[in-house]
Parts: sequence; C-alpha cells; structure tokens
Amino acid sequence: MILLEIFWEFFKAGLFSIGGGLATIPFLYDIASRYDWLDAEIIPDMIAISESTPGPIGTNMATYTGFMAAGVIGGIIATIGEVLPSVLIILLISKFLTAFHEDSRVLCTLYGLRPASLALISAAAYAVLKASVLTLETYYLTGKFIDIIDLKALILFVCLFVLRLFLKKIHPIVFIIFAGIVGVVFQF
Amino acid sequence: MNELLMLFGIFFKVGLFTFGGGYAMLPILDRELVEKKKWLETEELLDYYAIGQCTPGIIAVNTATFVGYRRKGILGGIVATLGVVIPSLIMITVIAALLSNYAEIDAIRHAFAGIRVAVAALVITTIVSMFKKSVVDWLCLIIFALSFALSVFAGISPVFVILAAAFLGLLFGTRMKNMKEDAKDDPS
Repeated sequence: MILLEIFWEFFKAGLFSIGGGLATIPFLYDIASRYDWLDAEIIPDMIAISESTPGPIGTNMATYTGFMAAGVIGGIIATIGEVLPSVLIILLISKFLTAFHEDSRVLCTLYGLRPASLALISAAAYAVLKASVLTLETYYLTGKFIDIIDLKALILFVCLFVLRLFLKKIHPIVFIIFAGIVGVVFQF
Repeated sequence: MNELLMLFGIFFKVGLFTFGGGYAMLPILDRELVEKKKWLETEELLDYYAIGQCTPGIIAVNTATFVGYRRKGILGGIVATLGVVIPSLIMITVIAALLSNYAEIDAIRHAFAGIRVAVAALVITTIVSMFKKSVVDWLCLIIFALSFALSVFAGISPVFVILAAAFLGLLFGTRMKNMKEDAKDDPS
C-alpha cells in the first residue's frame, strides 16, 4: 500500500530530522535509494522549489515528494506524516517546557545530535554538488581529468558561494532566480 | 471558536508569507503574536524557538503547535499547525503538477541546471555557518566525521546515525565542558 509507505517514511523523516528544514534532505536521498517514487536527480530541484515558495521547507519537500509518488493524496499524506511527530512531541513536552529545556540529559543528547545532523546535511550537500557541478559520469566515459567538473557550473558556484558568504542578508530566492537566468542564458 | 479561527488565520498568514522556513518566521511571529495580540512575550517566543530547534521535526510546526496549545489546548495546537502548513501544501501541489508537465522544455531544463548550482552554494554556505555552533569540540568533530563517512560511503540510514549520535551525546556529553553554553544558544 503506497500511501501507508509514504506516511511511514515521512513520519520517520519528521521524527529524526533535527534542526530545521535542511535536515529533511538526507531522508529524501534515503527514500530515493529505496523506492522508485522519487528520482535522486530531482532532489536539488525540489530543494530549490521548497526554498523559493513560502512555508516550512520540510513540509514543502514532503508535499512535493508525496505528490510525485501518488498525486494530490500522496502529497497530503506525506505532509501529515512529516508534521505529526512534531505535533505529538510538542504536545507531550509543553506541559513541562522549561524543565525540558534545562534538563542536562536533554542538553547532552542535543550536544551529540547537532554535529550528526549537520554531517547528514553535509552528505546530502555532497550529493547536490555531485548533481550540479561534478560530471563524474562524463569523466568515467572519457577518462579526461578536465571532465570531472563542469567548468561553467563551477564558475557560477564559486561566484554564488562567495557572494552568499559576504551578503548574508540577501534572500536565497534571489540567488535561485539569478542562477535560473544564468542557466538559461549560458545553456547549462 | 473565535479564537481558534484567529489562531488559524495568524498561522495561515505566517505560512503564506515566510519564505525559507523556520528562521524567516521569527519577525512575523513577533509582530503578530507579541506586538499585535499580546499573547506572548518576546522571551517566550524565543524559548519556543529554542525548543523547536532541539526537538525533532519542523521548527515552524513546533512553534505553531506550542503557541496554539498555550491558547486553546490540544485543539488549538492542531489548528495552528494546519494553518501554517496549508498554504504551502496547496502551492507546492500546484507547482509539482505544473512542473511535471513542463519539465521537458529546454529553457526549463537549463534554468534548473543553473538553479541546482545555486542550491549547492546555498546549502553549503548554511553548513559553514552552522558548523561553528554545532561542532564545538573534538568529540563533536569525531561524531561529525563518523556520521558523514557512514552516510556517504556506507549508505547507512540517517535514522541510525541520529540514534547513535544521541546515544553518544547522552553517554559522553556531561564530560565535555563546551556543551552547556553551546546548547543554550539563542536562535536570534
């Protein structure tokens, strides 16, 4: 039953992704590797759409994946699955909210969770980088060292990376639109 | 009943007008809930945020559930959550439906090839800025490196990585002196 599978996968993603929207990305790659609802290649596109539309990034990605897997109902089920763990956990802990926040076991667990969650996001970022800047497939075909990277993409990447480091206030959507125009103009 | 509608309305607005997920939401929530409605103090909002960050799931949803629960109990929590999620649910469904029809057009393919590069740059700059807050000492660095390696090279499920890291944190966290000040970081 595909709807149950969708629900269960996104329930897990909602339950184990810690620290905001980007933490959902590793779960998308995990889902793409185990099911045929979702092609890993389109995950970067989904991230872009989720970042450039309003609303929480995590639920946006759930809706998108669910829709790809099973249409409108799939999108709704995936979103409910993604959201439900948060709602249940918050309802559970809101009774003793300050106590929870100060508890040393909670702080210790967090201390370990943060670097792991960041590492998972980094692993997902590596996959995005592979899909956008590296052209390993061409390299395997031709064996030429120059074919490892897509030069046009690398130049754009370095420009955007440096700009983003210095201009932190500029909204991500500006970068996304700009890169889309560059992609069309320079035939990426 | 009236207040439930109001809760739904406020969070619907938040879901509709915040681009980029949890962090972008803070200023709007502050204006709506603290300044206009006077339902909360800014400090409480920051507390909800801090807890939203360290509990699983989507920060925006966590905050909505918290505020809704405070005003109107469990039903309030659910209504506020629906409010924050529904705008993007509708929008993403429409976009996903349109895109799957137009994905073959050349201009759109080129645009997304460019956009993928921007996504890589955006995600990696976010990782760079999160790194200092999450990886505070050598144990964190080990957790980070192990999690990254397990995820990229061994394809281990993110669920196991997160569980293992939580366990390590619980086990060794108290011995690390950096833990406390880091975990109390404000999100602002």
